[in-house]
Amino acid sequence: MSDPPAASLAGVTKRYGDAVALGPIDLDVPANRTTVLLGPSGCGKSTLLRLLNGLIAPDAGAVRVLGVEVTPASVEGLRRRVGYVIQEGGLFPHLTARANVTLLARWLGRSPAEVDARVTELAALARLPTPLLDRHPGELSGGQRQRVALMRALMLDPEMLLLDEPLGALDPMVRAELQRDLRGVFRALNKTVVLVTHDLREARHFGDLVVLLREGRVAQQGTLAMLEGAPASGFVRDFLGAQTDAPGEP
Amino acid sequence: MRGWGIALLVGCLALGCAPRAVRVGSKNFTEGVILGEVAARACATGGATTEHRRQLGGTAVLWRALRAGEIDVYPEYTGTLAAELLRGVDARDLAGMRRALAHEGVAMSAPLGFNNTYALGVPEDLAAARGLRTLGDLRGHPGLALGLSHEFLERADGWPGLRARYGLPQRDVRGMDHDLAYRALSAGAIQVTDLYTTDAEIAWHHLRVLADDRSYFPEYSAVLLYRADLARRAPGCVRALESLGGSLDAATMIDLNDRVKRRRRTESSVAAAWLEEHRGLRTVVAAEGRAARVWLRTREHLAMVLASLLAAVLCAVPLGVAAARRPRLGALVLGAAGVLQTVPSLALLVLLIPVLGIGAAPAVAALFLYSLLPIVQNTVAGLRGIAPSLRESAEALGLPPSARLRLVELPLAMPSILAGVKTAAVINVGTATLGAMVGAGGYGQPILRGIRLDSTATIMEGALPAAALALLTQALFALIERAAVPRPLRGER
Repeated sequence: MSDPPAASLAGVTKRYGDAVALGPIDLDVPANRTTVLLGPSGCGKSTLLRLLNGLIAPDAGAVRVLGVEVTPASVEGLRRRVGYVIQEGGLFPHLTARANVTLLARWLGRSPAEVDARVTELAALARLPTPLLDRHPGELSGGQRQRVALMRALMLDPEMLLLDEPLGALDPMVRAELQRDLRGVFRALNKTVVLVTHDLREARHFGDLVVLLREGRVAQQGTLAMLEGAPASGFVRDFLGAQTDAPGEP
Repeated sequence: MRGWGIALLVGCLALGCAPRAVRVGSKNFTEGVILGEVAARACATGGATTEHRRQLGGTAVLWRALRAGEIDVYPEYTGTLAAELLRGVDARDLAGMRRALAHEGVAMSAPLGFNNTYALGVPEDLAAARGLRTLGDLRGHPGLALGLSHEFLERADGWPGLRARYGLPQRDVRGMDHDLAYRALSAGAIQVTDLYTTDAEIAWHHLRVLADDRSYFPEYSAVLLYRADLARRAPGCVRALESLGGSLDAATMIDLNDRVKRRRRTESSVAAAWLEEHRGLRTVVAAEGRAARVWLRTREHLAMVLASLLAAVLCAVPLGVAAARRPRLGALVLGAAGVLQTVPSLALLVLLIPVLGIGAAPAVAALFLYSLLPIVQNTVAGLRGIAPSLRESAEALGLPPSARLRLVELPLAMPSILAGVKTAAVINVGTATLGAMVGAGGYGQPILRGIRLDSTATIMEGALPAAALALLTQALFALIERAAVPRPLRGER
């Protein structure tokens, strides 16, 4: 790896009460590639993602993102350089799609012309028909809402994009279409992307690099081909095998 | 916003930034209001600027207000002073009473000349036929039927002692309602009943009041209590008040009560007529129409409701925000507001008098305190009801906490907050009618007066506008909701 990592965790542990949700863990997220955090539910993948934008703080160790350690002082500035999309319900229901997308830019005092131009550009990128921008989230379909959420995350042209099960709540048809479009966006932007999923096929679809987690620890990381060719443990083999055996599973 | 101006003015008056007028207070019954009006008008002829705060409440409210300097003068009875306010002083010992009052910074006028105590009354024609003049005369007529009020039958200073003192032989003694007793007298079912000596009903029913020649009943001489410092502040007023001593006998007082209660004259006109006729004091009675009266009450009522509501919103929403963020603080704030809510409104008003005096200030303060709970509660509920995913999305965007609150959290909580404000406003419109009991005016004033005079029309003059205002408030909030709550959030509830 020639570039320095876009994000790194060093000796990080996160507990909820007595239960260890993550760690201790060391991990580098390479720049300008898509890293998929994969694993069964409860493995700590969402926790890891939330550590990266400082929604939660580690109990031990340090998290560095874009060359800066995530601290209460640095976190607000970092979040504006990192886009974040969650499974569903992330759009503010009292604002139109456009107002959702532009909320932060307007608060930062960006000029209306600049904001409008960027929205038009993003609507094209996210393949959202512009008339839908004046609707409220409640008047959009699930897939449309996720396109708006993606636009909002990309509004300030962040250096890194975090997605937590972005397609998890969509029905299969919409899901397949949005999967395709998302990959197109990632390729076009050539940014650092970290995507959380429990779905192996989605990992295969997006991932340059897969980090398979189990009970808060890294079970194995590498390309999916590496994991399949040389599983590091019985768990890795079972996890990959179980989902391959059940192709009907969305 | 005229209401704010009035609220401000009233607040200023309460703080004493206007020149002090002499304030006369009166208790919540007809004779008290007439005497208050007499005192206020007499005082004004002595050169003082005077205002009369009518029917402020019961003895406790007036006594507190006088000592706190909220009022300067009010009519009282020596028996009440002895029994309730200055324990252990004999009601007939005026010098001893004056000494005890001086410790409180209060002076007492010469007795006005009548004694409003218990007595027994007999129909005039019967009394004439049997030659009944005094209570002792009843001894010679054991066959008379007595109808006595239940309280009088029980009281230590009532029937048992009376019978013993005068050695009365009557066996036919029935307990009955006071008002029914007057009817029973008219119907001839009874011949004797107990009464207050200045009841206007004595004249209507043509009763003779039997003289208490053995001084059995305690003395309830009417006097004017005034603050000792009034002699310095308004010497002319005090001279005028003292000159009223001995000028009002029981028959006159009964007649004055009768003019108000039966003939429906106003207390002002009755007091002014008596002062002019008997004391040669000419005072002006302002003629005011019903519309002007209702408009004045409306302004007073609105000022109370708006001032208290605005203050409550300004305090309760930030409190609710803080309470929603810190569960422990939240429990404390909600607990405290909840306890406040359980204090009966009348008790709260009276408790606030020593701190805030009388008038709009304690009323606004009480309404403010009552408004806190619904607004805090709904603010907390609205903020806590926001989905964690939305809260987190706002945070992940990189908005600082203040911007998250303003742009996301408060707008999302707005339907709930507005509902809380609406609840508080509607409750305030109703509760503000109690403000009249501490001199704040408003729609409660005609209600109190109507209850006192048993006049439904007068009660309606306050009750109807109050109900209309409550409905109007509901409608107004529907409009505010349209303007302040984004469409998607409106439909969800």
